[in-house]
Amino acid sequence: MLAALLAETPALPLHTAGKYVAAAYIVLFVLVLVYVAIMALRLSRIERELGELLELADEQKESSTA
Amino acid sequence: MPSSSRPGAGAPDSRPRSAGRGGYGKGLGALSIATVVAMAASLALVFFYAPLEAEEGFLQKIFYVHVPLAIVALCGFVIGGLFAIQHLRTRDPRWDMLSYVAIHMSLIFAVGTLITGSIWAKGSWGHWWVWSEPTLVSFLIVFLLYATYQPLRFAIEDPERQSRYASVFAITAGAFVPLNFIAVRASTQFLHPRVLGSASNLPGSMAFTFVVSVVAIALLWTTLCKYELTAKHTRAQVKALRRRLAGEAVDPMRRSRSAAPAAPPTPVVRTST
Repeated sequence: MLAALLAETPALPLHTAGKYVAAAYIVLFVLVLVYVAIMALRLSRIERELGELLELADEQKESSTA
Repeated sequence: MPSSSRPGAGAPDSRPRSAGRGGYGKGLGALSIATVVAMAASLALVFFYAPLEAEEGFLQKIFYVHVPLAIVALCGFVIGGLFAIQHLRTRDPRWDMLSYVAIHMSLIFAVGTLITGSIWAKGSWGHWWVWSEPTLVSFLIVFLLYATYQPLRFAIEDPERQSRYASVFAITAGAFVPLNFIAVRASTQFLHPRVLGSASNLPGSMAFTFVVSVVAIALLWTTLCKYELTAKHTRAQVKALRRRLAGEAVDPMRRSRSAAPAAPPTPVVRTST
C-alpha cells in the first residue's frame, strides 16, 4: 500500500517540506539545549556545595587556631 | 577505543583524585570545539552543498540528521555492551560507569531518532508511524529494550549486584542490536530508504555530506558522554571532600539509592600527552 502511495505522491514542495525539515533539526537542537540546561543546573549545585565546603573548611581552621 | 589503563588488581581505590591530576574532563575543551566545527560544517553541507534528492526533494534533508542519530545510537548501545564486557572481566566500576553513560546517551539519541523519523514519515508517507515497516518497529523494540536498563538498575539496591546485572543486560542487549539490524536488512520489505550498502546509490556529494553528518553526530555523542562522566566524577569528588571535612570515613558503598553507578575515582579513558 505504501509503495503505491509513494509512487503516486510527488516530492513535497519547499514550502511544505520546509516545516518538516525545520522540525527535525529543531528536535536535535532542543535535545542538546535541554542537556545543556541540565548540565547548568548540575554545575550550579556543585558550585553551591563547594561554597558550603569552603565555609566548613574556614570554620574548622578557625576552631583549630582558637 | 581507549588507550586504557588496565585497572589494578584488588579493590579499586575509592579515594578521589584531584582534577589537577587529570580526569574525565581532560581534552573536553578541544573535543567540544571539534564538535561545534563538525556540526557547523555538517549543517552547511546539508543546506548549501548537497543537491536535492529527485524523489523526496527538500524533505530528504531530514536524513542527514535522522540516519546519523540512528547509527550513533545503535553503535553507542554496542559500545555500552563492550564496556560491560570489560567490567565483568575486570570488576572495575569505571567500566560500569562508561557502560552506563554510553547507554544513557544512546537512549537520548534514540529518542531523537524516533522523533525525527516520525517527522520524516509524516512528511513523506502522511503518517507519523507505520507499524508494517520493519525498520521502524525494530528500532522501537531496541529503544524499549534499553528503556528498561535504568529501571533494572534502580530495582537493585546492592551496588555490586546492580553493576553486575546491568553489565549482563548491556552485553545481551548489545548483542541483540546487530542481530536485529541484520534481520531487518534481510527482510523482504524495502520500503524504508536504504542509505548504507549497495542499495543506497548516493551520489558523491550526498555521500560526503552524509559521512560528515555521521562524524558530527558521533563527536556530539562522545562530547556529551565526556560531559556526563566529568559531571559525575566532579560530584563524587565534592561528596568525598564533604565527608573528609566532616571527619567521616570514606565509604563508597554508602550512598542513596540510585540507578547511576557510584562514580569511580579515576577515569579509565586517558588521552596521551
